[in-house]
Amino acid sequence: MTAAPNVPSLLAVDNLAISYASGESRQQVVHDVSFEVRPGEFVALVGESGSGKTTIAQSVIGLLPRNGRIEAGAIRLNGITISDWNDTRLNSLRGARISLVPQDPGQSLNPTRTIGAQIGEIFRIHGQRDRAEIRRRVIELITRVGLSDPELRAGQYPHELSGGMRQRVLIAIAIALKPELIIADEPTSALDVTVQRRILDLIDDLRREIGTAVLLITHDLGIAADRADRIVVLRHGRIQEQGETRQLIAAPQNVYTRQLLADVPVLAEAVLRPAPSAAAADAVLVRNLTVEFGTAWSRTRFRAVDDVSFRVAKGTTHAIVGESGSGKTTTVRAIVGYQRPTSGQVIVAGTELSSLRGERLRQFRRSIQLVYQNPFGSLDPRQDIRDIIAEPLLNYAPVLRLERQRKVEAMLDRVKLPRAVLDRRPAALSGGQRQRVAIARALILDPPILVLDEAVSALDVTVQAQILKLLDELQRELSLTYLFVSHDLAVVRQIADTVSVFKNGRIVESGAVESVFHHPRDPYTIDLIAAVPGRNLPRRVAIAAE
Amino acid sequence: MSIVQSPEGFATADQPSVSSERWRARLRRLRPGLVLAWATVAIAVAWATLPWLFTSYSPVDGVPRQRRLPPGALHWFGTDELGRDLYARVVHGAVHTLSGALISVAVGLAMGTLIGLIAGSVERRLDDAIMRVIDVMLAVPALLLSLSIIIILGFGTVNAAIAVGVASIASFARLARSEVVRVRRMDYVEAAFGSGGRFFAVLWRHVLPNSLTAVLALAALQFGHAVLAISTLGFLGYGAPPPTPEWGLLISEGRNYISTAWWLTVFPGLVVVAVVLAANRIGQSLVRRTL
Amino acid sequence: MARYILTRLLQAVFVLWAAFTVSFILLQALPGDEILIKFENPDLGLSKQQIADIRLAYGADVPLHQQYLFSLGRVLSGQLGNSIQRGVPVIDAIAANLPSTLRLTVLGFVTAASLALVIAFLATLTPFAFLRSLLRGLPSLFISLPVFWLGIVLIQVFSFQLKLIPVIGAGPWEGLVLPVLALAVPISAPLAQVLVRSIDEVETQGFVAVARAKGASRRWVLWRHVFRNAVPPTLTIGGVLFGELLAGAVVTETVFGLNGLGRLTEQAVNLQDAAILQAIVLIAALGFVLVNLSVDLVMPILDPRLRKAFGGAS
Repeated sequence: MTAAPNVPSLLAVDNLAISYASGESRQQVVHDVSFEVRPGEFVALVGESGSGKTTIAQSVIGLLPRNGRIEAGAIRLNGITISDWNDTRLNSLRGARISLVPQDPGQSLNPTRTIGAQIGEIFRIHGQRDRAEIRRRVIELITRVGLSDPELRAGQYPHELSGGMRQRVLIAIAIALKPELIIADEPTSALDVTVQRRILDLIDDLRREIGTAVLLITHDLGIAADRADRIVVLRHGRIQEQGETRQLIAAPQNVYTRQLLADVPVLAEAVLRPAPSAAAADAVLVRNLTVEFGTAWSRTRFRAVDDVSFRVAKGTTHAIVGESGSGKTTTVRAIVGYQRPTSGQVIVAGTELSSLRGERLRQFRRSIQLVYQNPFGSLDPRQDIRDIIAEPLLNYAPVLRLERQRKVEAMLDRVKLPRAVLDRRPAALSGGQRQRVAIARALILDPPILVLDEAVSALDVTVQAQILKLLDELQRELSLTYLFVSHDLAVVRQIADTVSVFKNGRIVESGAVESVFHHPRDPYTIDLIAAVPGRNLPRRVAIAAE
Repeated sequence: MSIVQSPEGFATADQPSVSSERWRARLRRLRPGLVLAWATVAIAVAWATLPWLFTSYSPVDGVPRQRRLPPGALHWFGTDELGRDLYARVVHGAVHTLSGALISVAVGLAMGTLIGLIAGSVERRLDDAIMRVIDVMLAVPALLLSLSIIIILGFGTVNAAIAVGVASIASFARLARSEVVRVRRMDYVEAAFGSGGRFFAVLWRHVLPNSLTAVLALAALQFGHAVLAISTLGFLGYGAPPPTPEWGLLISEGRNYISTAWWLTVFPGLVVVAVVLAANRIGQSLVRRTL
Repeated sequence: MARYILTRLLQAVFVLWAAFTVSFILLQALPGDEILIKFENPDLGLSKQQIADIRLAYGADVPLHQQYLFSLGRVLSGQLGNSIQRGVPVIDAIAANLPSTLRLTVLGFVTAASLALVIAFLATLTPFAFLRSLLRGLPSLFISLPVFWLGIVLIQVFSFQLKLIPVIGAGPWEGLVLPVLALAVPISAPLAQVLVRSIDEVETQGFVAVARAKGASRRWVLWRHVFRNAVPPTLTIGGVLFGELLAGAVVTETVFGLNGLGRLTEQAVNLQDAAILQAIVLIAALGFVLVNLSVDLVMPILDPRLRKAFGGAS
């Protein structure tokens, strides 16, 4: 496509079409896809859910699910068509010339076999019989992917390793036979950002060292922009645009690519939010909050939240950021009244929470509402949307039927959902629509404070951008206070006024977003900010100011 | 913990399904096996409710000259040692076996669900105590439990049905409890409490409807087991007394003529197998739908 | 490790005690007076005084809670009391019948397990789709077969039609072939179902795709990764299966006219002999507990993740 046409391609995908059988019919999910990967090149396949990117990756290595079938086109490796090879022929290719780094490191290792056995297996599959030699190479590989105590690791089982360590083991397997092409299918989407960066660095280093090409499958345009030589943008199984990274980012030709670039949150981007007035009263005040878990039986108690204090001024957005296990979810659950603090104070809208029981706690719930991460689990699948949104009204002073109807419809308009969804069940709605329903249910009682627990994390970026915009509008119209929990610093930068950075149950740094992100003082915050992908994405101050 | 959901997990997230499409998909999913299963159950139920529509022979009075006739055009399943039409006996026997199965499923479903619902809703220690008792009930094989109850209640169709039902309480209770516990952990239940829902209102609006589907699917499966268990008890002679044409009893009586009149055991047995197979097939399809 | 075993043991003891208590309430406390039923029969011509003496001898006149403690103490010392109907110690009746039932059930279990393994493996390995779905449908058919009917049909086919096994005068092992088969076929069904389901489940897991991506053939992956992970869930239904075997023995022994615990049970119900039935219920509970205990102890060997339960001693 672009420069250097005389370099022969390592992988060539020509007019590929793939379909899945569903019941009696077949549904085509990949349409007429063509791209190539040259030796040693780093190519990223970028797309949102349902774009067919994983299906393409599976077809390259010949591991489509049983109901999947290549309808047309060809896949060529070094000019030889491999898409019509049978399983036995492909086996000699897999692992040796094309290898795979899978998506979920938690699921991708056999729980009943040791790490060493699972790395060593690839040598045995490809004919190596010498046990001592295999052992030597396994230890060498474990060392190479940066794991300490290789002898110890080789004897351990997957559950004894962290997610990042497991992904390193999987990378060791992928590079074991120095393949010409590594397919990395969302290799870091289940990992924390700091771990994600180290894993991607490792893949990049190894690629340079052994000269292998990488085909990265990702939903994150930021990662693609940071790492890839070339980017292929997919949507609904069709290529929208492909080209050299810098060129594609700087001057996108396709409408969808432009949309994607506009919607992806960028950390480096300054969003101008009016400064909160210093005189504003506190909507939420947390003082020396500590939450411990543990049963009466075991003496060891786990301290999930450790002496945390912060305040949120009325009408502002306070973000709580941190990686998994940092205690951010426990903290908000204590603020909403689901989790009793072990010690410390939580004051929400002037009410001290720890003394509340029974009916008074129930009355308190009107003033603060929670929106969950997963829009699939937070709506009762057996209720229709009308009942879901109206339900909170039934719990307090009786509201007349007509009045209820009016309120539900008004709220539906606020969250910009069509009236037609009222009689549907959640299953008939998209992820974005469901999250709007969840927001509508949370707001129907007119609470002054809304807690958003990773509320946009499960959504595709384009949908995420719409929900963020909606939240912004709602905040201004209803002068809401938001407590916004997220692992995604780029999103936080867009929406929050103040921020607390959590690590191991403690706040390591807090303050106004601008000052924390521009001049982080704590080494962990510095590390966290440096790990956010998307440094190569263009800033769009102009767009944001619109 | 905030493990981010993988975006691929929501593959169909932004393609709201159209309802007409769903109907077509539902029609496609109608497998011939499942249709056959429903038809079998329908016929069995019709036998039980309107037996005279299917046969004009008497199930009790035989024609002495027509003893032990092999299956033929006049007597589809042949006749027994008293010259009674076997097909008529099987048709008229349906009501005994099926009503017995129905009673036993009702007993198991009602008691089991109640116990499970209580165990799943109350505080931890009481829950533990209830479930330990349930564990003990599971430790004793269902047949032995049924036999113990029959010793107390005595023989008879209804007693055997109750005995089979009591033996199934434990599995209903266990499933009902695990469903209640599962549903109670869902975000939407917490959200219902969070928006001010009172305990019983949330239990009624969300927990009960969402946990019942799986329990009802088990009831369909249990129906097949109950038909088997009741015919077993009938075979052993603990169910309905002769000359009731209960299916298990029919096979037991036919056993005496095993070398000369094979049809006396084979046909009632095939009917039992067909009904159980059909009930299991339906139950499985319901279980799959609740998953 | 010691703590893990200790808690399991305590749980097992609790289940046994509770099974005893429940069966005592059901079978000894609730029913009418067994002794009166048997000895008030006018044919025996016993006087009121004689009946009272007999009641005294059986300890039937003491209050219920004392009877409970007495029989609990008796069970703990390995005694099960006397069968009023048979007039022999229960333990003797059990001991006389245990070996033949043990032989039947052990053979039945081995056959059922082999059958289940063969069905599950073939259903996974067979390259022909129609055979695969046929094999997958087999367990649902097996589970719908009444054991007593299956036994009768087997006799009809193998003894009367094919004349392979004589009805009367078959050798001790030859005579066991049909009963074992009748017992094993329905038992193999749930085993095969769980096995097939867990093989399917394991096959969708990420590590199977990773193994395939290493270049391993499907067969290699099945043997080295899938089966190993699919077996443990099957073991968990072992305890339930033991009970099903015992229940199956009741029917099989009746159909084939074999002596054993099953036949003893059938007769006990007919004679309303509660003492025997209670003893058999206790044996069933004991078997359940022992099987589950050994499964609990074997599981950590098969699944390293469970070794954590031993308190980090790995």
